[in-house]
Amino acid sequence: MRNLYCLLVGVFFGIIMIKSEAASWFRIYEMFTFKSFHMYGIIGTAVCLGALYIQLIKRFKLKNIDKKPIIIKEKNKSQYRYLFGGIIFGLGWALVGACPGPMFTLIGAGYFSVLIVIIGALLGTWLYGLLKNKLPH
Amino acid sequence: MELLNEPFPWHVSGFLISLIMLLLILMGKSFGVSSNLRTICAALGAGKTCDFFCFNWKTTRWNLFVIFGALIGGFIAANYMSGLNPPDINPDVIAELNTLGFESAGNNYLPLELFDNLYSIKAICILLIGGILIGFGARYAGGCTSGHAISGLSNLQLPSLIAVLGFFIGGLLMIHLIFPFIF
Repeated sequence: MRNLYCLLVGVFFGIIMIKSEAASWFRIYEMFTFKSFHMYGIIGTAVCLGALYIQLIKRFKLKNIDKKPIIIKEKNKSQYRYLFGGIIFGLGWALVGACPGPMFTLIGAGYFSVLIVIIGALLGTWLYGLLKNKLPH
Repeated sequence: MELLNEPFPWHVSGFLISLIMLLLILMGKSFGVSSNLRTICAALGAGKTCDFFCFNWKTTRWNLFVIFGALIGGFIAANYMSGLNPPDINPDVIAELNTLGFESAGNNYLPLELFDNLYSIKAICILLIGGILIGFGARYAGGCTSGHAISGLSNLQLPSLIAVLGFFIGGLLMIHLIFPFIF
């Protein structure tokens, strides 16, 4: 049952990715040229509202559907991994114009060539696992 | 219902994305798509090659349902909600892309030169290399757009701000310095 809810949230997410045009390579390219507010508006609105929800959750100590307190995991403190990892991610994001969510959405939308991107992303993830201990974190 | 056939404006999209994060938090989960890539690697047996993939991937199976749902959502939006109409991007950007050789700019949802060009070794290499950079970078940074730019920034996490700055440094380098050599 819980998995069904996750599936439904995913369907909703996929529809939004396509309809917001955040899954369009052209929108990502346009974002990196700073010639449109569209993507900044999407991310900015989501972050402002998201920050509001999280503050409310913390203030009122809200519980999740299992009646357990909601704990939001803090990210580990360090700098190198976020900066270097972020730059590498950004290079790929700008090149193929899709981040991990839209990759799956675009397959559903019928762009089967995106499967190559997913295979690449799995290879990249695996490569990171192999090299993890040799990288600065 | 007519509105569902129009592209969603940025404020509606941003609001809906924030709801996705909220729903997952209320379900006791979190919004982060790229960790699925690690889960899939683990499920495919990558644990035999290194410790990073030695974990019980079934504990993160819920997230695979999210991405499978995202795939179905893509199908619904594309086929029943006129989702693949060309985005209304800035005409300057269209002109710029035309000079780079992207004739499909302004007429398609994705550039056909890259995504509908499987006879081109160059296009295939670009898709594969881009994917590798995304997968590697997301795990190195510990998250992607959903985990850092949306979830992490919403929780006012400095590491996520650093990661998002990194996303932008990488994206700007790619488009302004590397694109002229590729296209």
